[in-house]
Amino acid sequence: MMLDRLFKFHGGVKPDSRKSDSTGRPIAQLPLPPQLVVPLHQSIGGTPRPLVRVGDRVLKGERIGAAEGAISAAVHAPTSGIVKAVEDRTMPHPSGLPAACVVIEADGEERWIDHGPLPWQSMPGDELRDFLRDAGIVGLGGATFPSHLKLRPGAKPTDTLVLNGAECEPFITCDDMLMRERAGEIVRGATIMGRMLGARRVMVGIEDNKPEAIAALRAAAGDGIEVVAIPTLYPAGGEKQLLRVLTGVEVAAGRRPVEYGLQCFNVGTAYRVARAIDHGEPLLSRVVTVAGNVERPANYEVLIGTPIDALLAAGGPKPDTDRVLMGGPMMGFALPSTAAPVIKATNCVLVGSPTLLPPPRPEMACIRCGTCSRHCPADLQPFELYWFGRSHNFGKAQEYHLFDCIECGCCSYVCPSNIPLVDYFRFTKSEIWAREREKAAADAARVRFEARNERQEREKREKAEKLAAKAAATRKKLNDGDGDEAAAAESTASPAEEAKKALIAAALERAKQQKSQVKPRNTDDLPADKQAEIDEIETRRARAARHDAVKPPEQS
Amino acid sequence: MSHSPYLRDSRSVRQIMLHVLLALLPAIGLYVWQFGAGIVLQLLLASVTALAAEALMLKLRGKPLGLYLGDLSAVVTAWLIALTLPPIGPWWMVVLATSIAIVVAKHLYGGLGQNPFNPAMVAFCVMIVAFPALMSQWPAAGLDFQHQLDLILGGHRQLDAITSATPLDALRTGLREGGADARVAEILQGPAFGLLGGSGWEWIVAGFALGGAYLLWQRVITWHLPAAFLLTMAAIALLLWGMHPERFASPLLHLASGGTVLAAFFIVTDPVSGATTPKGKLVFAGGTAFIAYMIRSFGNYPDGIAFAVLLMNICVPLIDMYTQPSVFGHKRGAR
Repeated sequence: MMLDRLFKFHGGVKPDSRKSDSTGRPIAQLPLPPQLVVPLHQSIGGTPRPLVRVGDRVLKGERIGAAEGAISAAVHAPTSGIVKAVEDRTMPHPSGLPAACVVIEADGEERWIDHGPLPWQSMPGDELRDFLRDAGIVGLGGATFPSHLKLRPGAKPTDTLVLNGAECEPFITCDDMLMRERAGEIVRGATIMGRMLGARRVMVGIEDNKPEAIAALRAAAGDGIEVVAIPTLYPAGGEKQLLRVLTGVEVAAGRRPVEYGLQCFNVGTAYRVARAIDHGEPLLSRVVTVAGNVERPANYEVLIGTPIDALLAAGGPKPDTDRVLMGGPMMGFALPSTAAPVIKATNCVLVGSPTLLPPPRPEMACIRCGTCSRHCPADLQPFELYWFGRSHNFGKAQEYHLFDCIECGCCSYVCPSNIPLVDYFRFTKSEIWAREREKAAADAARVRFEARNERQEREKREKAEKLAAKAAATRKKLNDGDGDEAAAAESTASPAEEAKKALIAAALERAKQQKSQVKPRNTDDLPADKQAEIDEIETRRARAARHDAVKPPEQS
Repeated sequence: MSHSPYLRDSRSVRQIMLHVLLALLPAIGLYVWQFGAGIVLQLLLASVTALAAEALMLKLRGKPLGLYLGDLSAVVTAWLIALTLPPIGPWWMVVLATSIAIVVAKHLYGGLGQNPFNPAMVAFCVMIVAFPALMSQWPAAGLDFQHQLDLILGGHRQLDAITSATPLDALRTGLREGGADARVAEILQGPAFGLLGGSGWEWIVAGFALGGAYLLWQRVITWHLPAAFLLTMAAIALLLWGMHPERFASPLLHLASGGTVLAAFFIVTDPVSGATTPKGKLVFAGGTAFIAYMIRSFGNYPDGIAFAVLLMNICVPLIDMYTQPSVFGHKRGAR
């Protein structure tokens, strides 16, 4: 069945794709590094709980971190060896902050756990999904959302399963090469996922600058899988953009595709699902593109936890290399350290140089030319958001849908004034989040403060009542002993005044006690000669201070 | 450290402005052919003044000179001023107008990108209010360059022999003087009128249209502004001409004379002071054309485009606010 027509999303840009650099060689296996650093937190959601301790011997494919919480996926030992450490290591993240990792020293034997095909067709859905969770299958398009959660049929029956093979970022070819070389297993994965979802049809969307991948998948695809060539236009690989192009459905803000009977996975994820179910292999490796300013741009099958340095060594950075990015040039980020490991989200290691990724030209004033809005795939008015962000007009920024910005970078890419618009939006978003956190904290503090005031008032009231009762009782006792005269005088005062009097008396008593406790200072009672001496010292000190102030700074 | 995206498209503000200057060249060439080379001197005077004023203001404001002087936006303003003033005006007129545009209308409001009003139109309005007589002296066809040079550089102004009224001016005067008996068709027989609009002017207008097409092709401007401007102008003119052909000029005359085409492609398309949303652009350009026609036909000035532009500039924030396009995921269909 062929597709009648494709739909369009607004805007987009066409940067030079530079894909042919790294598609000349088949996917190669990177040699086993001596040490692998496997971060525990590699998916959206809860950080897996470590299952191994230092000194433990692990097998290839052994689970070393168990899924924790409703949204999480397991992590595994990518090779056999010994756990050298469970500690914080630098992560491949813009911040370069460390996080918990399992460090495994490889023994070089690659001894596997027992694994084999799964009788998935006879398994209940929940069990199958738990299996995928424990196999560590997450979205490999970059978001790393645990896949098993997306393979639960929604309230609305799934109409279309979409595989995302658009790969719209320049330089990145890991999905392209995977589709060319392993189309059969991608189709197999798509079939399994389609069954799990009960999808009526399965579509694969691939940008038309990858004719080999399209041909390979078409050859492998059986009935019921449509391989669709879509126009090459960044960011066609954005989930909502791709769904729009293929199905015409515009997934509303804050809603998920499943609510429209759609579900979308990266082609790499489909491949891993097939490997997990047909071979019992957990997610231990992925294909990573090494491209940019390197001698040998290519794709490698890389074990998770391999230091990025090892990949760079395989690529061979040229001498004028000035930075290394993870991801593509449009949405990737500069790695603070290349010692950080490859993780499930690492699709590309892009080596930059001043000529390849030129430093930004000086930022000029916005001339409101509107080029950014013409290219925004979210139909935003980036320059308006920029003005609002600059003037800290956060309410207006939200009103103009700042949070629908997907940070694809199209606006910064086209801006003739070289304004780093996306940076402004990141800043504005984080400011708004910070403010909301502050406001929440302030609200909590106010509630706490009011509760405290109320409690203190209540305690005071109760104390006063108690005192009044006590005073009344005492008076009664006195009256009983001393006769009518005092009673007549006392009885003119109302109970309220009685309570007040009692309070005042109590306060006076407390004050007297405090006063008696105060110790005299040792300078309070000095003889006259001692006092004169002290005064003289003080004057000298004051003079010295003045002198210091006017003295020129010493030369060093 | 810089953040993504690490790639940038190559077109800069300077390149955009260069495209605009380039787009003005055909009209300038035709101008010289029809009215002599005086205009070239005016363009030169305006450019030098604009760059000097821009440099002075940038220095006073402590801004990087090289970065902003090189963006060429001041030269675009200068050329638009020179092309809207009479080519035989004395030299100080174009210098004064350009200075007002750059110093007051641009930099006192905050420089590039910050001015709420179109600088060239501010300058034009000041000049036409302050020097109405000088502003209505246009060269008669065939005035030689030496003569023009004398006029520009302060020679004796013996006017009747050498100047002629602009077509719109001639039309207005004709209708006024003729009173109730005046007929547009008779006035159009006068020497100021040519084939379509003013004598000689139809060529220059064609030049502006050609430049506009170039800007559209280069995607410097979008179709919204020129289309809305020209269509609104034509529609109103057609309506009134259809009702009283003897009192109102034809749509063709309105399109081909005055600054209509220049405004449609080069004036209302100023991004800084104009509306920015697609719908807003239609409203902005349509409104400008409407006001311009009203001033032309019922007001006291021969052409009202400059005033119309400034009036609509004031409305831009409001227009933009009410014409925001719907955002992905918030469209009417999306639920």
